[in-house]
Amino acid sequence: MSASLEKGVRVLKEVIDAPIASYFSSCVHCGLCAEACLFYTETGDPKYTPIHKLEPMRRLYEQEYTLLGRLKKMVGLSKPVTDAELGEWQELVYNSCTLCGRCSAVCPVGNDIVYMVRKFREGMSASGNAPDGIKGAANRTITIGSPMGVKLPAVKAQMKHVEEDYGIPIPLDAEGAEYMVMLSSMEIINFPEYLGAIAKIMKQAGKTWTLCSTAFEATNAGMQIGNADLARVIVSRIVEGAEKLKVKTVISPECGHAYTALRWEGANLVGRPFTFEVKHIIEVLGEFQEQGLLKTEGFETDRLTFHDPCQLARRGGVIEPQRKLMKMVAQNFVEMPDAGYMNWCCGGGGGASAIEEGEELRLEAFKVKKSQLDAVRPDRLVTACANCRIVLEEGLEHYQMDIPVIGLTEMIAEHIPDQTKSEGA
Amino acid sequence: MNEMQFLTWVRGDGLDYAVGIFLLGVIWRLIEIYSLGRKKDISASRSVAGASGWHTIFRRSLPPEGMVKKSPVSYIGGYTFHIGLFIVVFLFAPHIMLFQSLFGLSWPALPSQFIDLAAVVTMAAMVVVLVDRINKPVKRYLSTFGDWFTWTVTFLPVLTGWMAVQHLLLPYTTMLALHILSVEILLVVLPFTKLFHAFTLFGSRWYNGTVNGHKGVAV
Ligand code: SF4
Ligand code: SF4
Repeated sequence: MSASLEKGVRVLKEVIDAPIASYFSSCVHCGLCAEACLFYTETGDPKYTPIHKLEPMRRLYEQEYTLLGRLKKMVGLSKPVTDAELGEWQELVYNSCTLCGRCSAVCPVGNDIVYMVRKFREGMSASGNAPDGIKGAANRTITIGSPMGVKLPAVKAQMKHVEEDYGIPIPLDAEGAEYMVMLSSMEIINFPEYLGAIAKIMKQAGKTWTLCSTAFEATNAGMQIGNADLARVIVSRIVEGAEKLKVKTVISPECGHAYTALRWEGANLVGRPFTFEVKHIIEVLGEFQEQGLLKTEGFETDRLTFHDPCQLARRGGVIEPQRKLMKMVAQNFVEMPDAGYMNWCCGGGGGASAIEEGEELRLEAFKVKKSQLDAVRPDRLVTACANCRIVLEEGLEHYQMDIPVIGLTEMIAEHIPDQTKSEGA
Repeated sequence: MNEMQFLTWVRGDGLDYAVGIFLLGVIWRLIEIYSLGRKKDISASRSVAGASGWHTIFRRSLPPEGMVKKSPVSYIGGYTFHIGLFIVVFLFAPHIMLFQSLFGLSWPALPSQFIDLAAVVTMAAMVVVLVDRINKPVKRYLSTFGDWFTWTVTFLPVLTGWMAVQHLLLPYTTMLALHILSVEILLVVLPFTKLFHAFTLFGSRWYNGTVNGHKGVAV
């Protein structure tokens, strides 16, 4: 057994817990999880059946943690997990799984399959079987500070631009601010309007907020490859920044996995509860809306629909606020089939969008989004995740569908009257 | 051994062994699985009505929206044979008498013609899901020896029981003995095969419901 395989096996043995044992013991091979997975439904290839993506881990579980499996192993009747096999599984565990969680929502015996994929990735990463694309992103986050190689000067340059364009100062390292706003590289590079939108919204709401010079990047590729050590380093930066600035709430940007990494995995990674709250920007906007702190004027009149990012809705429990926000500024808001809790993934979550080799499959899987869109024929598509946005744009372009994609936060900000006097601050 | 001796053995020692292995097996497997424990989730929870382990235990008994249409045979066939098995195992008068002699508890039975019908429907549904397993690419792909084996050991008790009652093929005594033997085989293998989902599905649903309920998601 190679040293890396040994490490992978050791990590897998550590992550196998009672839920995983229960899930493997419960599976009746009914195949219903396949019907929920876009990689199966759009390709018809049974190897993309969610539970099959865990086969090496299942065998290891059986061989190490069950009486019968141990007996079989002793008499040489079981097939050991090999390097080659894990290598082969890379495609199944990463390229063809976006951690969207639809499978976990339908399994009749109740298996939380995506929970297992997330854990399996720990072993895959430890054994050196994570895809280069996400590995690179994780390493850049550790060494440079962001997965796309964005450094503080780039952020500062963007702050300056926004300050000039909007005439609103962008606070940096303001101690005692109520909110610390995080960004994703994608926003810094591709969607600079996000920062301007935040500035307008915060000003209208009369809230204090700040960016943090040592923690502006919210995405966590360490979590996506399944390397808890890297994930911890990345989350720790944010925790330290938030504690140093003594903020009450850290706002996760329009990025699904950043939210999961910080909101649900963060405290578990650093090993202690946070001293601050973590909210997705959509949750914050929802609260402002409820408290009457968000006042918009005018409406979008074209036909709009909303793509629920998996990590925000099904995996994060935020389903209603985005709909109320949509209705606030859109006259003609239509829902796609399966919208909300069971919305279909864009195909690029969980780090999948960073995997070059996975592009063809990703575009194939996008057919499900295409058919959802074809059912309602919107003029524009709104979402709340910069990664979804890029993946959606790629897919739409590939299928020659002329549907612009926009971020909900920006759309809301566009309806905030420019001359609003800040209230309360 | 003649048929009378055979029947005596399956009713006596055979049954004792089978029930013994079944009980020890169930306890062993439950400990083996659930003693692995899990780490406490220390992220701040979000509570939402209907999002909990208990809710999921019940909710998952019903098909999620749109799923019946995607896999009608799995759902209709699956419900039919599970309910059918429940009826023939627990609501057939001779079975209730056995339970009474074992645990001292009894309950009303269904008329035997109805049990007859239930047995036939159960077997038909089982054959349908078997054919579906052979025909559907995903199911065939997932299937291992265990799937064919567990189907067989579940089917045989229903078949032999029904044949015994109908006096088909073999003398009643022999068929009855075979019926009891097949049940014993089922009991012995249940804890060590996928049939154990009869126990673990509650734990699985509970974990899924709890882990996601922590995030305010009603799965
Ligand atoms: S839906 Fe659940 S029980 Fe059926 S094959 Fe998938 S994991 Fe197994
Ligand atoms: S989490 Fe989503 S992509 Fe991954 S196996 Fe499940 S349904 Fe498929």
